[in-house]
Order: sequence, then structure tokens, then C-alpha cells
Amino acid sequence: MTKISMTVNGKSVSGEVEGRTLLVDFLRKDLRLTGTHVGCDTSQCGACTVHVDGVAVKSCTMLAAEADGATVATIEGQAAPDGTLNTIQAAFQEHHGLQCGFCTPGMVMAAADLLKNNPKPTEAEVRHHLEGNICRCTGYHNIVKAIMAASGQDVSQLAAE
Amino acid sequence: MPKDSGIGASSKRREDIRFLTGTGQYSDDINIHGQAHVYFLRSDVAHGRINKIDTAAASAMPGVVRIFTGADFEGIGGLPCGWQVTDRFGAVMKEPAHPVLAQGKVRHVGDPICAIVADTLEQAKDAAEAIELDIAELPAVVNMKDALKPTSAKVHDDLSDNLCYDWGFVEDNRDAVDQAIKNAAHVTTLELVNNRLVANPMEPRVAVGDYNRANDESTLYTTSQNPHVIRLLMGAFVLGIPEHKLRVVAPDVGGGFGTKIFHYAEEAFCTFAARQLNRAVKWTSSRSEAFMSDAHGRDHVTKIELALDADNNFTAVRTETYANMGAYLSTFAPSVPTWLHGTLMAGTYKTPLIYVNVKAVFTNTVPVDAYRGAGRPEATYQLERVIDKAARELGVDPIALRRQNFITQFPYATPVAVEYDTGDYEATMAKLEEIADLSGFEARRKASEAKGKLRGLGVNCYIEACGIAPSNLVGQLGARAGLYDAATVRVNATGSISVMVGAHSHGQGHETAFPQVVAEMLGIDENMIDIVHGDSSKIPFGMGTYGSRSIAVCGSAMVRATEKIINKAKKIASHLLEASEADIELKGGHFSVKGTDKSCAWGDVTLAAYVPHNYPLEDIEPGLEETAFYDPSNFTYPSGAYACEVEIDPDTGKVTVERFSAADDFGNVINPMIVTGQVHGGIGQGIGQALLENCAYDENGQLLSASYMDYAMPRASDVPFYTVDHSCQTPCTHNPLGVKGCGEAGAIGSPPAVVNAVVDALQSGGFKHVTHIDMPVSPSRVWAAMNG
Repeated sequence: MTKISMTVNGKSVSGEVEGRTLLVDFLRKDLRLTGTHVGCDTSQCGACTVHVDGVAVKSCTMLAAEADGATVATIEGQAAPDGTLNTIQAAFQEHHGLQCGFCTPGMVMAAADLLKNNPKPTEAEVRHHLEGNICRCTGYHNIVKAIMAASGQDVSQLAAE
Repeated sequence: MPKDSGIGASSKRREDIRFLTGTGQYSDDINIHGQAHVYFLRSDVAHGRINKIDTAAASAMPGVVRIFTGADFEGIGGLPCGWQVTDRFGAVMKEPAHPVLAQGKVRHVGDPICAIVADTLEQAKDAAEAIELDIAELPAVVNMKDALKPTSAKVHDDLSDNLCYDWGFVEDNRDAVDQAIKNAAHVTTLELVNNRLVANPMEPRVAVGDYNRANDESTLYTTSQNPHVIRLLMGAFVLGIPEHKLRVVAPDVGGGFGTKIFHYAEEAFCTFAARQLNRAVKWTSSRSEAFMSDAHGRDHVTKIELALDADNNFTAVRTETYANMGAYLSTFAPSVPTWLHGTLMAGTYKTPLIYVNVKAVFTNTVPVDAYRGAGRPEATYQLERVIDKAARELGVDPIALRRQNFITQFPYATPVAVEYDTGDYEATMAKLEEIADLSGFEARRKASEAKGKLRGLGVNCYIEACGIAPSNLVGQLGARAGLYDAATVRVNATGSISVMVGAHSHGQGHETAFPQVVAEMLGIDENMIDIVHGDSSKIPFGMGTYGSRSIAVCGSAMVRATEKIINKAKKIASHLLEASEADIELKGGHFSVKGTDKSCAWGDVTLAAYVPHNYPLEDIEPGLEETAFYDPSNFTYPSGAYACEVEIDPDTGKVTVERFSAADDFGNVINPMIVTGQVHGGIGQGIGQALLENCAYDENGQLLSASYMDYAMPRASDVPFYTVDHSCQTPCTHNPLGVKGCGEAGAIGSPPAVVNAVVDALQSGGFKHVTHIDMPVSPSRVWAAMNG
């Protein structure tokens, strides 16, 4: 067992993990931060996307021990302390960018990563950026729309509904 | 002006808050103190005889609690099938045993052999590697037509062959259909495959069994679309636990699409093992496990013939379909290629004579059952493809050929036993022409050609049957369950309301849409109403969510219960207002006396019901809670017209969907935003089936597509924005809301539109020999067809 410590959503945490423990399992099982989800075994679906030192990472692809000393952000830390949704979360609700909600935490974290580096993405750039995040419910229409809206773009003329 | 609350308002979803903040509670988020974990050792061969299972070494491994095998389930019921089909000769289908853990033989890759329960999942997995299995591999039955040859190996040794049933519908039409085809001016024939799919909700299945020995109560937390159905099937037919000692909870569920309807071995195992071990037992599927244990969908091989007279009127349809059942009968598997498929073969057309033959076949593959649309996509695909092919053979416009044959009078009794109550197929087609800008297509085609691309337009119509019912009819057709639903409306003393509903929401937004209905009826704020679902201990009963039935069936039960509430509340109000009950009106959350200025508020009445000091106790009971069960008198029949435009890169064969438009008639709509989202999602899955997805087995029954690296799910860049309209509304005539259901339409209507568009692109590009390409229309298939 290895002792690790990191900052998660602004709080210092520590724990003991096996060498084979994945970051997602440390978050879900040890820290009980169950908002980060596991949807596949092959790093395809992106439901487990978190930020490690400011970069979007699939937490099923990283060992917990590798995140020792890192700063980690998960979906639980995205809203304000009083519960107010951040811009991306609010846009997802406004534009019905989620249905079952299972892929949603990963989508929100991936979108935040995109908008940090590309504040006004085109439709094609949004779709390309979501290559590693699968949604089975929405057909992506409202996810793409929500992310573009969160970037401050007018989405009212994107497609008739 | 769009409404801002009640029926017809696009109310924002209240469930979104928890999903967007990571505070939803899915089954895998549930952990019970002291729980053990189970890992299933599954067959890695498609067909084999189990000679020996040696668990001695594995049992001694660290953390192992107990290892179960099929022997532990001898004398315990297998997984039941919920639908019995009678074949065209009057005999009932073959129904093999479906043990919880394999007994004697393994019959598909993924068939569970041993269940290793240990303190941690890692320990259970480690121990699984120490189990010694001696399995003699047998020839695998994979191809359906080969499976029916007398020389084929048998999936089930105790059955005479691999044919589950040979179904004919309507059998009495058989000779007349044959005659009509013989006498037709033109017959178009098409052979096609409806590809095997895996539903792939993003949340893998989970089961957590718990047991309280002190009161002999079992609880199962499971990823289910219908917890009461699981309680009934598992309690009564597998484990013998009476309902009052068995609670089934389906908390937040991350998508279903049909595959979470069925009762699975893992659910029964975890419930059983928790009782045996007096300890909670948890199982979470990996994605690879999901591919080899979730019921698959579709997998039909069909020949369809369409007969037309000299004026291009459809005179007959004849089909022959081989439907894969897989190795065992999943819960509703037999109903899918029969009653959910044959009854839809009229489509939106007045074809007078129809005969459907379905041979259901056992193979050494994962069981196949309902997936979004279930039978109706298969019916729509073959019909709409053969009509397109006929139009091309006859040199007529495919839209005009459809229009000419539309049903225009309602109600309409089809020759395949169902009666459409309402519809207006011309209206949805006209709406489609408008929203898809079909008149601008030729200009877009020229623009594509100028870029060196081929461009095609595919149009099709669909009809589906939702809210399957009534119970006495489906009972005659072989259903072993009723298909009603239930709701309890509990009005609290201060006027807030909890509505306990039998439908289950796993993405459909019931927690938002259902209160809109009650709020509209009572004239109170939506936020005073909460929906409770998914827990058999909290709700009266329910058949769950599938077949786009929730609002049409459970919503109707909720309306009936709310009507009872209104009746009782008016009695209380008439007492408080000292007026005749007949003069009481409820409007805007206030009770008033007709023609006077006397009124009292909703809260005055609800408080009186629970603090009955001034109350007609001699006439009515205190309290304000009502339950209703609703059993519909017919299916509902949503319909629509879809258009797809594709571009094909002639150098690579790659197809891209450039435009997709859908004009649907769902009857009345409760929440347009949610309905639009349902259509989007269905279209996404339909494009997936048409272009990308394929569950593939090799000739030895090895599953080739068992991860997201091998099974191509649509990504954001594989689809365009969709244009969706549901302003054409012919309300259902037989349910109180006039609603029809919208959950499956997109997945039913989109595959034929895509494939029709691909064929159109190739034909117009000069590839006249290409009249059909099977799904998924992958670049290699398109390229091969172009160069074939």
C-alpha cells in the first residue's frame, strides 16, 4: 500500500492505495465522490473525466498514485458553495443537454477544458473536442448547443427545433 | 406565446440539478456496510459441456467468502420468460430452462459459470483465476439458417431442434397474399439484415442484494426500468420470496433503451447470495461484461415482397424473417419479432393483404430482446426500404408513391389486427417537406457534386404502437403480465403533493413532466408537486417504463387519481363554503362557488382534510390520497415522416449525414423541450445503427465487438444538428391526455431514411447496380458496393 495525498476540489485529502488502484476508484470509493462515473473499461467513454493540475484527464486511465501531490477537480466542485451552477452547468440545464445524467459529469468537465483553451469554439471544434466523451441519450444536439451557449454565443439559430 | 408552466410548457428539468452537480444516486453509488463483492466467471467458449469445476484452491484464496456454481441453484427456478408465443400450427413455443448459473452446458460467450463472492472485488477476481474449469468445447450454432438444418448442433439438448417457433400472421391471409403477389402488376423483392445491436446505456448494470435476517426481508438495488416487474419475476418465479418480504429499488438509472427491462441472472444471484451469506453482495458490470451479458437487440434476416397494381397501389406485402433469440429466452424476447413487429407491417399504408412469417431461432449467442423500438424499427426498416426500391424500379417519386398509398380515414383497421385511432400522414409529410427544405435539395446536390462528393436524399414514414395494451388482449397474445399502470396522488396537509408512479424515469424527465400535468389539473405551482418512483416499497405498483408507455399509460393513471382527488376536494370545499357540491369550481388553485364571490384556497381544503375540525365526517373520510390503476383500451399510434441527406466520399466510401429532419405526430405534448430531446436521442441511435454499430460474432461464436474499441458508438462528430418538429398533433382518442408517446420514434424512423439516402446518392452518382447495402453502411461496404 502506498500513502498518497492530493488536493481535491480545494480540500487536502490523503489515503492508502494499492499500486493498481485507479484514480477514479480512489475518488469514488475512498473519497465517496461518486459524481465521477465509470462507463467503460477502455478509456473510450469519458464519463470519468476530471481535471488533474488543470488538464482534463480520464481518471480510469490514471493510477491514484500518479496523482500524488496533484490538484484534482471533480464535478462535485464545479458549482458555487451555495449551490449556484457554474456557466456550463447552467447552460446544460437551460438547453436540455442531459437526459439520464450518467455521462454528464464527464461532459461538463470536458467542456470546461475546451472553453478554457478555446473560449469561442465553432460547432465543429466542439464536436471534435467531445471525441472522447460518449453520450447515448441526447444524440449530442443539445450538448453541443449548451457548450456553445456557455461560451456566450447565440445558439438560437443553430437548428430549428 | 409558449406557456411557462403546466401542460405544453418547456419546464426546465428539476432532476438536472443533482446530475449536474455529481449528487445523483446511481446503483453503483450505493454501498452497504459490510458488503461483499461478486465476480462472475463467464464462459469464454460459445458452446461447451462442463465436465468439472474445481473451486478448492480458489476457495482458500484471501478474502474469498464463498464460490457458487450451478449446483447451488439446483431446485431453484430459472429465469422466467414473460411472453409465450403460439406458432402457426397452434403449438406453443419451445421454452428452454435458463439457469442463474450454467448447469451442464455453457451456451454463449459470457454465460456465467461461477460466482465468486469475496471481501473485495480484486480478491474475487484473483480467486477466479484459480478456479479449474474443464469444459469440452462443442460445435457452436451461430448462423440462423444453418441452425435450422437437421445436421446442426443443438443449443439445448432436451429440445428437438433450434427452432423456437414458426409464427404466421395473419395465418388466414396466407393464401390470399400468395395469390395477390402472383397476380400483381409489379412485385419488388428485397432481402436485408437488421443488424444485431447492443443498447449500451452509459451506466453498466449493477445489482446490490441486501438481507435483514431479523425480519426476513430482502432488498435489491438494481439498474432497472421496472422494479415491480423484477420483484414479481424474481420473487415469484426464481427465489420464492413473497412480495412483502422483497423490496426492489431502481434509483437513478443511467439510461435503459430496453436492455434494463429484463430480469437478469445477476439480480437473482445477489439477492440469493445475500440471504445465504447474511451479508450484502454487490455486482457492478464492466463494459466488456455488459457486451456479453446485457440482452442484445434486432438481429433479423428478412425477405420482403411488395406487390403493386398497374396504378402503383400497394396490393400485398409478404415477409419471411429469421429472428435470433440467442441461447436463452430473455424476458420479453418472443414478443419482439411477433406482436411488436408483425402488427406494424401495414405502416402508414392501406395495403389490403399482409402476411408475416417469423422463424425464431436459438443460437450460441447472447439472448436478444427489446431494444429501443423493439420490433417496430425492424418492421419500418424493411417496409420503407422496399417501398423506396419499388419507386426506383417503377421510375416514380418515392414521396409520391408513399402519398398515393397513405391511409387517410380514421379509425383504420389494418389487415394485421390493430386499429389506428388517429393520424394525419399527409400533414407530417407536408411538414417534413417544409422543415427539410426538400425543394432546395437539388441545389445542395449540385453543390456537393461540385466538391467531388455524391449526395443523396432519403425519405421515409413510420408508425409505431406505444402503450401496449389492453391487458386482456395481450394476455390472449401470450403476455404473462398485465400492461396497466398505477399512480397514487398523496396530498399533504399543507397542500404539497407526492405522486407515487409506477413508471420509472431513467432520462425521460418524468420528475419534471409528470408534475406539469397535475399542476395543470389543479391550477397550482408545479414546484408543489414531487414524483416518487423506482422503489417498490414507496409506490403501489407499476409495470415500468418501456415501449414509450410512461405518459400514455402511467400518466393516465395519474390523471385518474388526480380526478378522484378533485372530486373529494370539491366535497370538502362545498362543506367549507356551505354550498352545493355541484356549484363548486376549481380554478387557479382556488375553489369558488359558481355565481358568487365565495372562495377558499387549495391549502384551506387540504388542511381541512388532515385537521378535520370543520369537516363532513359523516359523509367522507379525512385525508386526501387516491390511487388509480389504468388499463388502456388500445395502443397509441405515433407517426411521422423523416428525411436524411448524406454525402458520400467516392474515394473512401465514407458516408456523412449532412442534414436530418423529423416531423412527428405525438398527439398532445406535455413538455416540448423533453419531447424534442427524446427525438434527438432516438435519431442519434438510429444513425448509429445505420452507419456505425454492429455486434459481430465469428463462426465459432466468439464475440468480436465486446468493447467501445470494437463496437462503434456514435460520437459528437458523427452526427449533425437535427431539425425536429412535432406541431402536427392528432390527439389519441382513448386516453385522457390525448398523448401518444415519443421515446422510440427517432430510433424507428431514422435507419431507413439514412439507407434510402445512401442508395439515392449512389444511384444518382451513376452506380445503378447498387440497390441495397446492409447496415451498418460502413465505408468498406459502400466502397465494395461501388466497385462490386
